[in-house]
Amino acid sequence: MSEKSSIQGDLRLTNVTKSYGDFTAVNDLSLTIPEGSFFALLGPSGCGKTTTLRMVAGLEEPTQGTISLGSTDITYTKPYQRPINTVFQNYALFPHLTIFENIAFGLRRRGIKDVKEQVEKALELVELSHLSARKPTQLSGGQQQRIALARAIVNRPALLLLDEPLGALDLKLRRQMQIELKWIQKEVGLTFVHVTHDQEEAMTMADTIAVMNEGEIEQLGSPADLYDNPKTAFVANFLGQSNLIKGTITGNDGDNHIVDLFGQKISLAKNRSHAVDNSIFAGIRPEKFRISRLATPFSGNVLSGGKIEDVSYIGVSTQYQVLMPWGQELMVFEQNDDAVAPFSVGEDVNISWEAGFTFALRGDEDAEAGTEVNPEEIIEDDE
Amino acid sequence: MSKSGISRPGTPYLLLLPGVAFLFTFFLWPIANLAQTSTQTPVAGGDTGEYEQSLRWQNYIDAFLENKEQFGRSFLYAAIATVAALAIAYPLAYAIAFKAGKYKNVLLVLVVAPFFTSFLLRTIAWKQILGEQGFVVPLLRDLHIIAPSTTLTSSAFAVVSGMTYNFLPFMTLPIYASIDRIDPRTLEASGDLYANGLTTFRKVTLPLSMPGVVAGTLLTFIPAAGDYVNAAILGSPQTKMIGNVIESRFFKIVDYPTAAALSFTLMAAILILVTVYIRKAGTDELV
Repeated sequence: MSEKSSIQGDLRLTNVTKSYGDFTAVNDLSLTIPEGSFFALLGPSGCGKTTTLRMVAGLEEPTQGTISLGSTDITYTKPYQRPINTVFQNYALFPHLTIFENIAFGLRRRGIKDVKEQVEKALELVELSHLSARKPTQLSGGQQQRIALARAIVNRPALLLLDEPLGALDLKLRRQMQIELKWIQKEVGLTFVHVTHDQEEAMTMADTIAVMNEGEIEQLGSPADLYDNPKTAFVANFLGQSNLIKGTITGNDGDNHIVDLFGQKISLAKNRSHAVDNSIFAGIRPEKFRISRLATPFSGNVLSGGKIEDVSYIGVSTQYQVLMPWGQELMVFEQNDDAVAPFSVGEDVNISWEAGFTFALRGDEDAEAGTEVNPEEIIEDDE
Repeated sequence: MSKSGISRPGTPYLLLLPGVAFLFTFFLWPIANLAQTSTQTPVAGGDTGEYEQSLRWQNYIDAFLENKEQFGRSFLYAAIATVAALAIAYPLAYAIAFKAGKYKNVLLVLVVAPFFTSFLLRTIAWKQILGEQGFVVPLLRDLHIIAPSTTLTSSAFAVVSGMTYNFLPFMTLPIYASIDRIDPRTLEASGDLYANGLTTFRKVTLPLSMPGVVAGTLLTFIPAAGDYVNAAILGSPQTKMIGNVIESRFFKIVDYPTAAALSFTLMAAILILVTVYIRKAGTDELV
């Protein structure tokens, strides 16, 4: 592979705004993506993630703000002058060129000498050497995806952008490519910036995820951080599922808050609270809950008075809807790993969980934020 | 498919029947007729226009040698008009496809709009445009591009201009269709892969629009080579094309065999040129 580009370093977006008329696609976004990392921009359709990516690629100009790579300001440089390559959604392979010439395209434009050798190496990396003489239309979706990746990687860019690269593949192939992409990223050691609306995809591959909503970053962190300790209802609902229960902080007990949830007291670690006053939403992930029959002893937080409303057996776990006395249905995932007979609809139960799993959000948030988006929908255009 | 009974073995032939019948009646039969006319000779002592079959192949050689100047002129004019139409149509089609935004459909209608007036009227209008009373000639004289004594009517320039104009939509529409089909993301990908605007055009846009260019040049060149209206209205005896010769042989001189032989020669020449052109352009893989 050729020498790495001379411009390199961390990608830094500073106060970047992009407006189309009255519509603000990206709003005052600041972000640093460390060199060598696998970074994901995650969000629903229309959240501004693709616009952000296109500004980094040079396909759109920011209305305000700067974008720099290392110490070089690239805000207004042309796409062809940036050491950045993109794997496009739907691949955008050149239909009139062979696979070999598709991959060689960037090398030839830069006047690189040993084109043949480098293209062959890139083809080996994606394990498609035998297809070099074909045209893109003669390849399957998965193969085209790999060629698009090879066409970008062969240039050894300082930054590789991936725009929903797996969106057009079926579920099984997508899972396989996720693992492969991660492996390739380690192998070539490039910085990957991956845009996706699929939270599972982002969590599987990225070191760091920025969750975007309405042109802004809601929260940035490692997949585990975001999942275990979401700061907003949007993040809590968009990444996996959450039970958000309205409550009030009524007192303190060392490092914990005492919280009243419709008359029942639970405890909550202070450092896991993102509330600004006493009004909160207590958040618990469905798999953290345990269901127990009445009068069974347990530890940690308890909510009593539940009634099983619905049972769905899905193999590794069983999902329960439990109706609480205040009228809210809580979702509970129980692993099918013990001899406890499944609960049946109509049974009266208690719900318990380790106090440390509780997180708290501001009580004035919309508890439904981030739930209505369907992460599986294929988005053709994100602008 | 086969379950529905739609694909009974006879059905495709049945569907072909009307088309085949039409082609037979109005194409194959007249062509056969023309072919047999081309080798006829005048009936000895008969009336004008009375011919009999005598398989005189020499008709072809005579007809060609007598009119080789008009043949050459036809292909030359057609070629120039095709190149000129391409030069105008390509940027036009490109702009409509990529830059017109919401005016795309309006512009496409404008391209086709001339078809709403008669071909003859539009050609006669060019007589006015290029005439002494038009604005073109005085302007060119003022700019000293043409001498004060030069006129543009009844000239090769007028004939080629008329043909370029008349066939422009046939050039524009296929090119537009081709360019419009290009996925803009492939152009973005080209920019992303270090190609500047010009290189992107040469390496991506142009190759991907070649099917349209080939179709457009054929749709212009073929009718232009056989055209006689432009030369008749805008030309002079010095700009006579082969179409004019065929026309006058058929309708004025009533020399059917020569006209038929010329028609066949023209068809053969066009067929050969087109075949060579398509082979060279090598666009079959792209369609």
